[in-house]
Amino acid sequence: MWSLSGISNIIHNWLNQQFSPLWALIIEMVIAGVCVIGLFAALGLVLVLMERKVSAWMQIRLGPNRVGPKGILQSLADTLKLLVKEGMTPGGADKFLFNLAPLVAMIVAMLLMAPIAFAKDFQLWDLNIGVLYISAVSSISVISILMAGWASNNKYSLMGAMRSGAQIVSYELSAGLAILSVVVLTGSLNLNEIILSQADGWWIFKGHIPMLIAFVIFIIAVTAETNRAPFDLAEAESELTAGFHTEYSGMKFALFFLAEYVNVFIVCAIGATLFLGGWMPFHIGHWESFNHVMDYIPSSIWFFGKTFFLIFVIMWFRWTFPRLRIDQLLNLEWKYLLPISMFNILLVTLMAILGWHF
Amino acid sequence: MVSSSRQCVFEKNEFLFNSHMVEEIGTTTEGDLIINVGPQHPATHGVLHLVITLNGETIKKVEPHLGYIHRSIEKMCESLTYRQFIYVTSRMDYLSAHINNHACALCVEKGMQIEIPERAKVIRVIMDELTRIASHELWWGAMAMDIGAFTPFFHAFRERETINDIMEETCGARLTMNYFVPGGLMADLHPDFQQKVKSFITLFKSKVDEYDELVTGNVIFRNRMKDVGILSKEDAISFGCSGPTARGSGVSCDIRKLYPYEVYDKVQFDEVLETAGDSLARYMVRLREMKQSVRIIEQLIDQIPEGDFQAKTKAVLKLPKGEFYTRVETARGEFGVYIVSEGGTTPYRIKFRSPGFSNLSALDHMARGSKLGDLVAMMGTLDLVIPDIDR
Repeated sequence: MWSLSGISNIIHNWLNQQFSPLWALIIEMVIAGVCVIGLFAALGLVLVLMERKVSAWMQIRLGPNRVGPKGILQSLADTLKLLVKEGMTPGGADKFLFNLAPLVAMIVAMLLMAPIAFAKDFQLWDLNIGVLYISAVSSISVISILMAGWASNNKYSLMGAMRSGAQIVSYELSAGLAILSVVVLTGSLNLNEIILSQADGWWIFKGHIPMLIAFVIFIIAVTAETNRAPFDLAEAESELTAGFHTEYSGMKFALFFLAEYVNVFIVCAIGATLFLGGWMPFHIGHWESFNHVMDYIPSSIWFFGKTFFLIFVIMWFRWTFPRLRIDQLLNLEWKYLLPISMFNILLVTLMAILGWHF
Repeated sequence: MVSSSRQCVFEKNEFLFNSHMVEEIGTTTEGDLIINVGPQHPATHGVLHLVITLNGETIKKVEPHLGYIHRSIEKMCESLTYRQFIYVTSRMDYLSAHINNHACALCVEKGMQIEIPERAKVIRVIMDELTRIASHELWWGAMAMDIGAFTPFFHAFRERETINDIMEETCGARLTMNYFVPGGLMADLHPDFQQKVKSFITLFKSKVDEYDELVTGNVIFRNRMKDVGILSKEDAISFGCSGPTARGSGVSCDIRKLYPYEVYDKVQFDEVLETAGDSLARYMVRLREMKQSVRIIEQLIDQIPEGDFQAKTKAVLKLPKGEFYTRVETARGEFGVYIVSEGGTTPYRIKFRSPGFSNLSALDHMARGSKLGDLVAMMGTLDLVIPDIDR
């Protein structure tokens, strides 16, 4: 069926016929870069609208319904508003760091898009250490928040940034261990190989209960890592007004906002890739005919379907749960999630050695 | 002896020292951070200003600064007649507008020795209890929002809207409602009133369990509320707390039970008491109080007697020379009206005892040693309405 691999192959062949290999590579890189920026903007618009519609649905409201049919142009109007707004820099702020912070947040989100396989054979960078790359790059996002909080010269921002620092550094451990359990089973850090290893069933089904635990821990940890409710202590608008981005306005605020949503997309995409098979259709062991039927659904739809399901789950958290307190947040990580995930990874390793998984 | 103790108080008045430092660097000499929560802050639900001394995330001191919405309502009342001044009180605790009006009407009636018709008494109680439910609904939503859950707010407003519709139909307003006058009620009930209130009760009873599902039973919520902001019974009494805030600490202080007015002595209802004194106890008191209010309305809604809705009063009301005091139970606690009359058409001096002011004074005591996030939760459970504190 139509997957996105055809398009990329056509473009690649056509460019190599028209230009020298070096120029073809450069043009391909530019196209990829433009695609990432386009995807970044499109994801931001779609996810903001989705968040507003999901929250409206949960709060017995209609949500945006004035701009465009059913309000689908609402986020476009919001972006336009943010673009023309004045981007203020407070007088006491460290101007360089203050303006750098939103860019860092955005660049990190963009970098994280590189190794994700959006469909079969449709990947920007097939990296042999994709999992390591994701863990490493996603840690940089905390620097942008710390930078924003520190440079704002605002006490609320500072507190939000410090909370966020403690939070992201702690939860990265659990997220890392949860990711590691997939790596242990697959024996590869390459995201494409991880997806291919799930051709006869997704890891969440193949890996018995330990993988289910790892998946739940992963979802909790990445919710905390992306500063989403119930772990939105860095923003905590009822305590810290807006936390680390209190002083940001206009497009600088919009970049933080976009980066948050794109980060949510990325962590959900990684969750879908590692535990739910990425673009791999729903396959069951040796049921050949069933698997064939499933293959008729395009791989991109599988990937985006799983990712958006996880995004919906994370939005569901946000609109139902109250916020945790800072000490409860750290207790949850260090006293519960970390010991459980450490024990869990031992179980997974045992399972991998003895070959108990399907 | 007197002067030396005063000297001592002055020296210990840390705030004079702190306020000087706030302008300079925002920290005390011990390196504590001072932050201003308010007057414009999402958690204060109004123009309350709290100067908080923080050690990291731990609160060392909370200092409420008042006066941002002071409209000198008490002074204004002195130039208004006894019929007019009641309406101003709707603007104090705007969520308990009817109950404030009720206290003023009761005080004038006490001074004039007006006996109001039975019908007016019953309707007053029903309106009071509807107001109480509406107020607690809004509190429930706002408190959930304080601790970071948005959705309950909309669920609370779904039921509150029904009450607002009833109020609009009965007295023409949805927020600053005026319906009680000295001598009874301003107008008779709308013919649909009973049927609408009954449909509200049906709706409320079907939805009240959702509140427990969405918020009360949530493990994050319980952890946030339990053993936080503890106010002991003795402290609650010494700070002059009243209403659900004091009843959460086990102080029996329901004016409706202790000094019944109107028909409260004829209806069956329980005074809700919790003994823990923490945020969760105050939360549970309010939640259970809503159910008791529904119970009161259920008993009265079919028993509204026929007859006049207003006693015959003189065109110009003149209170005899003397001092008059009445108190009622608003959604936030004990509300007192103290009128000094010189025998004229306007009060010589008027003083309102508002529940919010005393409840707020306990905040510093409760908040010391807890985290910043808990302060917001505590303020939520105190159910502060800023115009009620400042007047």
